[in-house]
Amino acid sequence: MAKVLIVAEHDGSALNSSTAKCVSCAAAIEGAEIDVVVLAASAGDLAAEAAEIAGVSRVITIERPENEHALAALLAPQVAAVASDYTHVFGPSTTFGKDLMPHVAALLGVNQVSDIMSVEGSHTYKRPVYAGNAIVTVEAPAGSTVVATARVASWQSAAGGNSAAIEAGDASIEIPSHTRYVGLESAASDRPDLQTAARVVAGGRAFGSEEKFDLLYKLADALGAGVGASRAAVDAGFCANDMQVGQTGKIIAPDLYIAIGISGAIQHVTGIKDAGTIVAINKDEESPIFEIADIGLVADLFDVLPELTTALS
Amino acid sequence: MDKIIVGLKRVVDYNVRVQVKSDGSGVETDGVKMSINPFDEIALEEALRIKERGEATEVIAVSIGTTEAQQQLRTGLAMGADRAILVRVDGNIDSLSLARVFKKLADQENAELVLLGKQAIDGDNSQVAQMLSAIWGRPQATFASGIEIDGDKARVVREVDAGLETIEIDLPAVISVDLRLNEARYVKLPDIMKAKKKPLDEVALADLGIEAGPPIKELSYAPPEDRQRGIMVEDVAGLVAALKDKGLV
Repeated sequence: MAKVLIVAEHDGSALNSSTAKCVSCAAAIEGAEIDVVVLAASAGDLAAEAAEIAGVSRVITIERPENEHALAALLAPQVAAVASDYTHVFGPSTTFGKDLMPHVAALLGVNQVSDIMSVEGSHTYKRPVYAGNAIVTVEAPAGSTVVATARVASWQSAAGGNSAAIEAGDASIEIPSHTRYVGLESAASDRPDLQTAARVVAGGRAFGSEEKFDLLYKLADALGAGVGASRAAVDAGFCANDMQVGQTGKIIAPDLYIAIGISGAIQHVTGIKDAGTIVAINKDEESPIFEIADIGLVADLFDVLPELTTALS
Repeated sequence: MDKIIVGLKRVVDYNVRVQVKSDGSGVETDGVKMSINPFDEIALEEALRIKERGEATEVIAVSIGTTEAQQQLRTGLAMGADRAILVRVDGNIDSLSLARVFKKLADQENAELVLLGKQAIDGDNSQVAQMLSAIWGRPQATFASGIEIDGDKARVVREVDAGLETIEIDLPAVISVDLRLNEARYVKLPDIMKAKKKPLDEVALADLGIEAGPPIKELSYAPPEDRQRGIMVEDVAGLVAALKDKGLV
């Protein structure tokens, strides 16, 4: 029988929704028993939150000061030590999980399955390759631990309402001191988080400047939406790096995605394929974005954005 | 710092729209343009800049693949790498074995830094740097958009979901690089000529004492489910009406 350990992602005060999405991925394995491990400096509230996720049997806390910031080289040996009781160890395909899980896999002497988008069997999964231009069905070796990341855009958060048991794990594993946290520079924003927002508006190169991106923020605020951007817009310095959507940025699945002045390169499209409804506004009717948009409008963004913002306010 | 090892993977070019083979055995690579994985190019550029600042003495480009990967190594040499090593394998090799190769070479060369791309744009795995860190017992700094070398330490800015995280790591270490770290230089013709004289050593995987596998087995490839082209609207009023129709606003 499958016993799955999920590594919780959090910021020290709340769980990231990627954790409940990983639980959904694990629950897709027939008969899976699912535990969550919370590594933190202070795990109480986080563990209580994890215990509420439907489908979770047990929450293991590993509390120590070194776990205040998620440094993969420090967390991985602690995860690997717990992993011996499990057939599967899953983490999210966020930068947290991408950083940590391959390190865990190598400590366990196994390979890793990245970005599970569907579970076909206890050891068989589908995952995207070539920027989502191909989907490959893979099989992890039977008889060794499966370490994997769940592609968060492919999974809904598991429901709440549970009350799993919480217990303290071993917090005395030896961890390295060669890696030290210095700081985090975050573009503080009151807008919904790009990766979890139900609505996202995104801008491309056509905005032409950082100042003009204000038009996009106004639309976002009218809609209560998160804000994303194409690589071209980020590279041009119109907005912060963490707003990039696509193969090498964030893979998102909002109910509504409005792409404005984005041509729709395959590397961008791969980041939004799972969106519910895609709206594209672009003045070039030949833009590839229109091939995948549910609703398209050929127009100059500067002509229509203020009007759209007013109409949706 | 003494030596920097840089990994260069031969991949289907960034601009190619890949097609899944009709028998589902993989993607079409016959007659398709192949290039250095773009992230690896950025890793090499960074290594060269570190050396040009006098903070390293030698840049060694490494590729693990078929003999054809010599092309990518020659390009790396033309960019400015001092020498190259091709570790020959037939076909695909798993990430953990790749990490073992880099560990072996890092030990052999006594490298202070291994610079890799954060992912290869074919498999999109993003694993090798993290695995190397684990088996090497040395620090990892993934998704780097800024690297400062300071004696036996490095300060690395990482692109994470929450923003830009800075960490400090002791050297030797492995760093995987992100897009905005730098812009790779163009190769000039005289450099290509010069590169032909630079050493390119070949070694078989088995000669390094490494046995590949067990890999994650690839059972079959399929094209993704396509999204269908939807409707076009004429103006903002039409767009708002369509959104209301779908219950989205």
